[in-house]
Amino acid sequence: MWDYTDKVLDTFHHPKNVGKLDDPDGVGEVGSLACGDALTLMFKLDGDGRIKDVKFQTFGCASAIASSSVLTEMIKGMTLEEAAKVSNKDIVEQLGGLPDQKMHCSVMGQEALEAAIADYYRRKGGQAPQTQKGNIVCTCFGVTDEEIRKVVHENDLTTVEEVTNFCKAGGGCGGCKGRIGELVEEVQGQKAKVEHKPKPAKPTKMTNIQKIQLIQETINEQIRPALRVDGGDIDLVDIEGNKVLVAFRGMCAQCKMAEFTMKDVVEARLKEFVSDDLYVEEVKD
Amino acid sequence: MQNIIYMDNNATTCVAEEVIEEMMPYLSEKYGNPSSMHTFGGQVGKKLAQARERVAALLGCEPDEILFTSCGTESDNTAIKGTLAMYPNRRKIVTTRVEHPAVLTTCRDLERHGYSISEVSVDRQGKLDLDELGFRLDDNTAIVSVMWANNETGTIFPVEEIADLVKARGIVFHTDAVQAVGKIPINLKESSIDLLSLSGHKLHAPKGVGVLYVRRGTRLGTFMHGGHQESGRRGGTENVPGIIAMGKACERALQNMTEENSRVKALRDKLEKGILASCPDCFVNGDTHNRLPNTSNISFEYIEGESILMLLDQFGICASSGSACTSGSLEPSHVLRAMGVPFTAAHGSIRYSLSRYNTDQEIDVVVEKMVPIVNRLRELSPFVKTSP
Repeated sequence: MWDYTDKVLDTFHHPKNVGKLDDPDGVGEVGSLACGDALTLMFKLDGDGRIKDVKFQTFGCASAIASSSVLTEMIKGMTLEEAAKVSNKDIVEQLGGLPDQKMHCSVMGQEALEAAIADYYRRKGGQAPQTQKGNIVCTCFGVTDEEIRKVVHENDLTTVEEVTNFCKAGGGCGGCKGRIGELVEEVQGQKAKVEHKPKPAKPTKMTNIQKIQLIQETINEQIRPALRVDGGDIDLVDIEGNKVLVAFRGMCAQCKMAEFTMKDVVEARLKEFVSDDLYVEEVKD
Repeated sequence: MQNIIYMDNNATTCVAEEVIEEMMPYLSEKYGNPSSMHTFGGQVGKKLAQARERVAALLGCEPDEILFTSCGTESDNTAIKGTLAMYPNRRKIVTTRVEHPAVLTTCRDLERHGYSISEVSVDRQGKLDLDELGFRLDDNTAIVSVMWANNETGTIFPVEEIADLVKARGIVFHTDAVQAVGKIPINLKESSIDLLSLSGHKLHAPKGVGVLYVRRGTRLGTFMHGGHQESGRRGGTENVPGIIAMGKACERALQNMTEENSRVKALRDKLEKGILASCPDCFVNGDTHNRLPNTSNISFEYIEGESILMLLDQFGICASSGSACTSGSLEPSHVLRAMGVPFTAAHGSIRYSLSRYNTDQEIDVVVEKMVPIVNRLRELSPFVKTSP
């Protein structure tokens, strides 16, 4: 059971500003059904350019619904410039705190607001101020490097785990955790507490058993997570001297890129972590 | 405290009154050690022997095939690692994608130690492909572990048939029957199953006691070393009150088996029909033809499980969900994903698991409460396009 504050529970049971608006001035949609939470936020301005009315619809857990509700209450009456300054931290503060693993709910609120404001400027034909999208880092949840830099900076995050709690990045296959660590270090410098898994030095001399174990470990830890992102998988079938026989499973089995994956992912990683002499062949069963 | 309507019996069950009565003296005046030479301890030993007989009666096996453990998870670990220890030249485990973490996590850890794991997939109803399973067996396979019934959907696997298939290849077969024991009839004498795990707290005994059935003649390494308890197969002074409770619970389960499969099943069916009839856009997950009589897993489209559970909680109704939000992980239930249930519906899945303590009136209350809960959350949801 989550340790929600009374404010979260109360807001979840009695959310404000639920629904849609006719003829809104700006609409922001973030998240998706597949991600487990999603939010649509829309607003209407009055003659002075202040937010006159705002409504939301949320698919998600109690904290997602509560975050959306308090956000709409906070921004009512604000100008867009003022609203753009509302951060996920302000939302968390209003709620009296959120469990660590639920921080992403507040970030989603803030992102929906940002998207709605950008939509307003787009409708006006103007340019949306600072809409740098960035490059996707976490492919499981579609989080970009710009978004990660932003949550790290605004919430003073110092670890990869915190980044996952705040914006979900790294919470699926975990394949992007290295890149997230780099981003945390880039923003926080010395303050960052990123654990660097020491890259195991390639052993110079191995018994056959040691070699087989290291190959299996490398497949499990370095190769499989990357393939699983695309719904694929790999099995170690056999090892004959320096020839490693593997079979692709799942999506990889039908993939046209399999040959590329074989050389550029599987063989490259095995050479990197086990021995330069290894080469890989695929067996079809 | 308000009245609780408890429909989360696949998570844990209440301890039956008769079971508490049976175990109480062994928490107070009858505290002797069953291994002691004096009568004071010896009487406890006799009671343990009776508990062993009661468990054996429920499973249809011999008392000396019953090994008491601390929980279902320990039973699973003992079965898998104990078998591997006996077959050092075999380095492969075959299991399924929908096992309980007690089996799956154990296997994935073994993968790090050089074992290869083959996980057989399931179809949209959660049914296993037996041809695929057969295809994955080879001379390198040490053990096959397939659950008897799935904890999330209640889907029952044909484990007796699978055991025959596996034994014909000379491979050890283990089944995690934690959800099946006490709910469906089991007769191990008539089967080829070598190892079977069960857990006390899923059948109205307290937490902290489990059983591993070990067929006579099955080679099994010792998981917990120590004294001569459990014929030297598991060291450590016995959890006497727990074991005695387990015995009583098994006796009761045997007596109640018919009721479980008639009255409880009827309640479950009524609940399911009631919800499906009154809430649009929802469907049942799992194999409805081969299913535990007490379990119903329903996906509600466009809404999220944790929110449903929290609104049910207001009325004291206890259930569980395969939603990502309830687990603290960011991905929904591995079982529903393996079945190919769309992520969208997996996030909105609710599992109701009943017991013989549920009443007809409780079913009416839950069905009645579900309708406004679902409607309310759908009003909040951006995905319901039909709402105004």
